[in-house]
Amino acid sequence: MKKNRSSFSRGPLPAEDNIFLTTASAFMNLAQRSSVWPLQFGLACCAIEMIAVGMARYDIARFGSEVFRASPRQADLMIVAGTVTNKMAPVVKKLYDQMSEPKWVLAMGSCATCGGIFQTYSVVPGVSHIIPVDVYIPGCPPRPEALLHGLMTLQKKIDSQVHFRAKPLDVKPGFIPPELKDE
Amino acid sequence: MTINMGPHHPSTHGVLRVILELDGETVVNAVPEIGYLHRGIEKLAEQKKYIQVLPLTDRLDYLASGTNNLAYILAVEKLIGLEVPRRAMYIRTLFAEITRIGSHLLWLGTHAADIGAMTVLLYTMREREDVLDIIEETAGTRLMMTYFRPGGVVKDLPAGFDAKIKAFLDTFTGRIDEYERLLTKNRIWLKRTVGVGVISRDEAISLGLSGPSLRGSGVDWDIRRDEPYEAYDEIDFEVPVYTEGDVYARYLARIVEMRQSVRMIRQLVEGMPEGPFIERTAKYVLPDKTRLNISIEAMIHHFKLIVEGMAPPKGEVYSTIESPKGELGFYIVSDGGPNPYRLRIRPPSFVNLQSLLTMVRGHMLADVVAIIGSLDIVLGEIDR
Amino acid sequence: MTVDWNRQNFSGDNPEEHPAIVSIQENFPESIVGSGSFRGEVWGVVKSDKCREVLHYLALEPALSYDFLSDLTAVHFPGEDEPFEIVYQLYSIPNNSRFRVKTTVAEGQEADSVVSIWRAAEWMEREVYDLLGVVFSGHPDMRRIMNPEGFVGHPLRKDFPTGGRIKW
Repeated sequence: MKKNRSSFSRGPLPAEDNIFLTTASAFMNLAQRSSVWPLQFGLACCAIEMIAVGMARYDIARFGSEVFRASPRQADLMIVAGTVTNKMAPVVKKLYDQMSEPKWVLAMGSCATCGGIFQTYSVVPGVSHIIPVDVYIPGCPPRPEALLHGLMTLQKKIDSQVHFRAKPLDVKPGFIPPELKDE
Repeated sequence: MTINMGPHHPSTHGVLRVILELDGETVVNAVPEIGYLHRGIEKLAEQKKYIQVLPLTDRLDYLASGTNNLAYILAVEKLIGLEVPRRAMYIRTLFAEITRIGSHLLWLGTHAADIGAMTVLLYTMREREDVLDIIEETAGTRLMMTYFRPGGVVKDLPAGFDAKIKAFLDTFTGRIDEYERLLTKNRIWLKRTVGVGVISRDEAISLGLSGPSLRGSGVDWDIRRDEPYEAYDEIDFEVPVYTEGDVYARYLARIVEMRQSVRMIRQLVEGMPEGPFIERTAKYVLPDKTRLNISIEAMIHHFKLIVEGMAPPKGEVYSTIESPKGELGFYIVSDGGPNPYRLRIRPPSFVNLQSLLTMVRGHMLADVVAIIGSLDIVLGEIDR
Repeated sequence: MTVDWNRQNFSGDNPEEHPAIVSIQENFPESIVGSGSFRGEVWGVVKSDKCREVLHYLALEPALSYDFLSDLTAVHFPGEDEPFEIVYQLYSIPNNSRFRVKTTVAEGQEADSVVSIWRAAEWMEREVYDLLGVVFSGHPDMRRIMNPEGFVGHPLRKDFPTGGRIKW
């Protein structure tokens, strides 16, 4: 039989080059961190830098965030880009509740972190008063590279998650199972 | 049927809520609700010194921070009675026109993307990165310039600026041709924009519409030509006026404005005068940093201006410029102290948005997005 | 080198010569209570009950035709009898000239709405109501525009704290 030139014709390949051993948890993390899809949630000026990150020069698609979804039910990451006001706060909470687990929040810019330069009667001093935040990115507005750094930090945080942990026995000290208990 | 086009929507260009009443597919009533980005800038400005209000003005129309700064600085200079050297006027006009180009590029990209032409968004944002590079080299930051000061600009143009600007202008004209090739005679574009969102001349004037939206309805008014400020009376440019009053007319008006901006920038760069870039009047402008070690008066003036702030005379001024969105005005009431007594910002997008109902009535739901895009609103300016 | 601050075409330093003030003095002699000018800008102060008439006249008189309402706002001067000063910035597109009209109202007094003259005033008056508390009679939709619905207080008044009253 004529040997054809495909790579399979060189015989069975060595196992150590082609079988990867890892934990299910790490594999799950790899899947999650490589496809974080943000929710299109630009509130103010930081939204312009967020748009710039999605465009050709600072391409966020190479980090896995291929599309910015418009609906919160289809997104993993909520990038709060801009000032959150008292009028907008219930809307932010509603959108966060509509996202399904696992979900993360990135507070982009000074206004989302701490209220920024607007310490006034109508501004919520930081979105962390309303929803839990995973990564804070300071700046006014943060450069697109800073947003990408924040995304990479979030990816590191995702890598540190632990899944599929074997459940510990629900025992307290001094516990005797009922069938062994003496009457 | 009432539909809520909520504050979170991919096409409302920010946090705008429009409550639409529909009869089938036709819009009967459209009530915009704003205030979702109300940050209290006018109240905050009363607690800050005049120079500290300058970064606040950047965040109004966050697409074109140069024109916001310019409007505020012109109002403060008018209040003080400060004159500016010619070179500073040319530099400021140049940056006003560059920010106009940047703002129109983003408008074109998002407007076309809303209607369905995704390619145009990617192309215009590529150009906008070049514009932001120019701004970054001179002012230090990409978006929020804060480059102007009362009396001039904070530092001179960098070396090699001429060559960079000329290179940008040479490629940019070809790019505008590219956008026009994609859109202007495109059958889909024409079907979606011609005859949509018509507003008549009298209605537009009564509703306070200004800027390219007004010029799309046949009113020949441009503050740069009729009430010239800075270096606009020394350069030639044309003002496009179209009479149809629909989305297509407003689109053409802005495309031609971009071309005229290129023409203006070329004249400004070629005619740039030599001289000082800021007028260092002791009581209102910080002295040159190098003089602080030499002269004790410079040190004292620096200290007083930083710690106490400048105190303009008592009075009030209303100063307007032509921003990319329309007539941007600042009304400052001063009581002689270091803080403005009242700072009122006349936002063009706030007044322009009132004409949404007139434009949208009788159209289909899909046209609402095209019309909101053609108004070119920025929520940071509307809500302040 | 002196700069001509009059580039906004308020036409001149002498209020007595401004065509709008001259016409108001001829046609509504008791309604104008003051005038002023600063850096080439001219304004006239009108009594609040005659304000709508004067503005209507300014908008429709063919020689003046201030058809564009540039801005409508108010300033709070606490301690005066009539603490709210409502300011109208007018612009005439055919004549390329600007003019400012001011009027004062007391606390609790309703001002006249000019929505029937310029439709641009609709949201501007709502904003003055929201931020300063001046109610405009004859306005089609007098409710808050910037602050949320249940908000108590009028933020731009001088006795309202900048930081607000909500504790986060």
